[in-house]
Amino acid sequence: MQENKVTCILCPRGCTIEKKEQGGTFEFAGFGCKRGLEWAKVEFTNPKRILTTTVHVKSGEIEFVPVRTNLPIPKEKIFEAISILKGIEVLAPVEIGSVIVKNILDTGADVIATRKVGKKDSSDD
Amino acid sequence: MSRIYDVAVIGAGVIGMSILRELTRYRLKVCSLEKMEDVAEGASKANSGIVHAGYDPIEGTKKARFNVEGNNIFADVCNELDVEYKMIGSLVVAFDDHEINVLEELLQRGKRNGVKGLEIKGQEWVFANEPNLSRNIKAALFAPYSGITNPYKLTVALFENSIQNGADVIFGFEVCKIEKDGDYFVVHSADSRFIKTRVLINCAGVHADEISKMAGARLFKIYPRRGQYYILDKPEKMPVARVIFQVPTEKGKGILVTPTVDGNVLVGPNSEYIDSKDDTATTQEGLDEVFEKARKVLPNLSKRDVITIFSGIRATPDTHDFIIEEDEDVKNFINVAGIESPGLTSSVAIGRYIAEFVADKLNAKRNLNFNPYREDIKRFSELSDEEREEMIKLHPTFGNIVCRCELVSEYEIVEAIKRGAKTLDSIKRRTRAGMGRCQGGFCLPRVMDILSRELKIDKTQITKFGKNSYILTEKRWED
Amino acid sequence: MEKYKVVVIGGGPAGLAAALESFKNLDDKKVLIIERDKFLGGILNQCIHPGFGLHYFKEELTGPEYAHRFIEQVMENQIEYLTETHVIEITPQKEIVAVNKKGLKRIKADSIVLAMGCRERTRGAIITLGTRPAGIFTAGQAQRFINIEGYRIGKKAVIVGSGDIGLIMARRLTLEGIEVKAVVEIMPYSTGLRRNIVQCLNDFGIPLLLSHKVTKIHGKYRVEGVTIAKVDSQLKEIPSTERFIECDTVLFSVGLIPENELSKKAGIVLDMRTGGPVVDNTFSTSQKGIFACGNVLHVHDLVDNVTLEAQTAGRYAAMYSQHPELFENNIHINIVAKEGIRYVVPQKLNKNFVQPFVLRFRVDNFYKDAIVTISNAGKILMKIKKSILTPGEMESIEISQKILSQLDFSNDIVVSLQNI
Repeated sequence: MQENKVTCILCPRGCTIEKKEQGGTFEFAGFGCKRGLEWAKVEFTNPKRILTTTVHVKSGEIEFVPVRTNLPIPKEKIFEAISILKGIEVLAPVEIGSVIVKNILDTGADVIATRKVGKKDSSDD
Repeated sequence: MSRIYDVAVIGAGVIGMSILRELTRYRLKVCSLEKMEDVAEGASKANSGIVHAGYDPIEGTKKARFNVEGNNIFADVCNELDVEYKMIGSLVVAFDDHEINVLEELLQRGKRNGVKGLEIKGQEWVFANEPNLSRNIKAALFAPYSGITNPYKLTVALFENSIQNGADVIFGFEVCKIEKDGDYFVVHSADSRFIKTRVLINCAGVHADEISKMAGARLFKIYPRRGQYYILDKPEKMPVARVIFQVPTEKGKGILVTPTVDGNVLVGPNSEYIDSKDDTATTQEGLDEVFEKARKVLPNLSKRDVITIFSGIRATPDTHDFIIEEDEDVKNFINVAGIESPGLTSSVAIGRYIAEFVADKLNAKRNLNFNPYREDIKRFSELSDEEREEMIKLHPTFGNIVCRCELVSEYEIVEAIKRGAKTLDSIKRRTRAGMGRCQGGFCLPRVMDILSRELKIDKTQITKFGKNSYILTEKRWED
Repeated sequence: MEKYKVVVIGGGPAGLAAALESFKNLDDKKVLIIERDKFLGGILNQCIHPGFGLHYFKEELTGPEYAHRFIEQVMENQIEYLTETHVIEITPQKEIVAVNKKGLKRIKADSIVLAMGCRERTRGAIITLGTRPAGIFTAGQAQRFINIEGYRIGKKAVIVGSGDIGLIMARRLTLEGIEVKAVVEIMPYSTGLRRNIVQCLNDFGIPLLLSHKVTKIHGKYRVEGVTIAKVDSQLKEIPSTERFIECDTVLFSVGLIPENELSKKAGIVLDMRTGGPVVDNTFSTSQKGIFACGNVLHVHDLVDNVTLEAQTAGRYAAMYSQHPELFENNIHINIVAKEGIRYVVPQKLNKNFVQPFVLRFRVDNFYKDAIVTISNAGKILMKIKKSILTPGEMESIEISQKILSQLDFSNDIVVSLQNI
């Protein structure tokens, strides 16, 4: 999404920061503090997000293990990453922090497990 | 599928189930046909649960007769079926002289109907016994033999006892066509099943007029009349000890405030004729009316404690009385229709009356194996700690609490499923799992786990109350 | 009857932190955690999104990761715990009755920490009109079905309530391929964090309808849609603004209620405003030796604050179990919430423990440039300027030794808010 306005998320004030182009250089307006300005610059140029979802576990004590990217990934790659993770299955046991997908979509970020999943107890009915 | 019966009852509400159970006292092959997946899915699950004394109906009517008869035998039936029934008494409160006159009329009418123990009490007595009621109340008609029960649990108990005694209940059977084949009625369902029966009894609630017409029997009209309710969380101290009615109007017995047998407070219903027979929506106007009128009696009533709202639909006939009769033209077709209030109270008496009538007609002998007793599911919340320990030794799942608001154990849910519950609502009604203050927020997924395990179905197949009422739409993985 | 120094009821973030802190402060280490679920960690296990631990660990974790850090310590220290065990009774004498598949367990505790968390307000509690079909969930239910069980709950959803849970579920549903038609909020503002509005709604173009309410739910078997309407400043719907939104799923995320059924059984005095027990700065409830922390005490928006609060409660619980005499002859002064302040926790200061503590509170409305004042006996002890205050964000103020030394103990401490 190419927007000229973003809402700053750094504090509850929620400044609306605007990007204006003037003769090839960018100017920013509406920020309430310096941190906000820096944040907005990144948000305009390359917004990134941590992605969290779940991956199916075979023979686990629970059916799904929660996962996340260990680094933020470009916002526009989120749905693609989700669909990759939907098709994946891992085998229990899963350790917390273990890598599920390395360097997903060449973003440099690994998808890691955020919970430990033990093997299904065979005595469990 | 084709089955042949002596008697078939359409509709598995409290009336249909009461008739079915009474029929099993005879050596007859009997069944019930129900379009939903459980009993009590119509008015029987959504009414006030009051066992009326019998001072309301005009003397000489069927309502008066079956109300008083029903009240007389209600305790015995509940005792046999292990259903809660508390004879807590009721008050009709009057705010002015005109209303006091109405109390006097009710008292006299009650006496003529054969109601015992009625008394008009003065202000002092009212406040001494019901200290939370409005100080504007001038007098009250006290009926010591009014009581409260759980209408859907009674229906479930009647169902289970009928099954115990050999009756069939066929669910998902929506009657769409009734034909005559010699001495038999052939009753067809919307999904192309049919049964044959010698006697056909119409207990189809709000749809009874359609069924009667379908059978070629008498034409009458059932008007759906909706009533809306609030259920309040279990209070530390009950605001009222008795069922508190207001003076009745032409619209019915009016809005009441009562404890329920489960320890909640029930407030309602209003009365509104609606266009659609299954429009169970709640509305702002309806609920506002209920709240305002209830506040007149109980000024401290607060919406803060509301845990849910619901509405029920009464089957109001155009005949102004219960329609309980064999059809004049269609022999062996019996209408038991228009059973609005006091239908719950009357149900047990109507059941007996109809069963005797049918048995007589078919020259049926007594079923000597009839067992009138049915035991309720053992409930964690109702046992002492010693009894709980005993039960857990026998059934470890009795120690696994699934519904924390109402303290319902896994054992109770499994037991309800074994006794025929297939949907979430049917488990809720039998066990109270999901009926408490969190309304299933916590226990719904757990109940679904158990249902899926016991019925060996995937959770996507579980419904709230049959048909398209699915909770989950898709499973994200393959087994 | 088994005996423990400290029994912690609830194995979520509050219970884990309280148990660990009790354990550290005890000589004989007899601590027990009782958890009703199969796993420790409480509701954090289903909160798979990031945003946890920024304050406490100075890094961004997901719910299960945050819980794991404490569970690991519980394991390392071999603190005893019971799972799938349900406490059914607590007495003022600190006897606990718990039940599991093995039977009934009676436990005597020297101190108890209540950490049972909270439950979600429901559709019924906020009196949402219409029919009662399937497809109506609380946000937490939906979160469990999706994140733990891996099921899809519908195709098109409307979310009622724009607190953080509602916003986070809007994103979660979207990622799961469920179209979120709108988030409907009755107030003129969202109580959710700004970053959640941006990252959960704006990122996906989900409309946030402020000053709107669902006036009716439609559908016989499964939800078929909702009618929504704008509300006026009295929160009354404006009929001409009604419109229908087709959907098969409605999520309610309309607030949390501390779960105090057990507290009531133990005869503990509750605060009507927080819904939790009245506590002093040791987190002691009105029943001596019974402490409370976390969402059972008041609903938090950040788990980091739960941890800090629970550690204090755990420390004092340990102290009580070893030296109950220190808690004899308690004298309390009230800490009172006045203008602009919805509630304060703790609600009392224990004169026997006049030590610096954190006062947590919420305001009753949206304020810009306001001053929070702490006063006592007509004297202003502290003034804090706040550029922005919202009901959705819990505020914390450190009450220092310097302030405490100026207190007149025959008077209340008053917390209030003034606009500049």
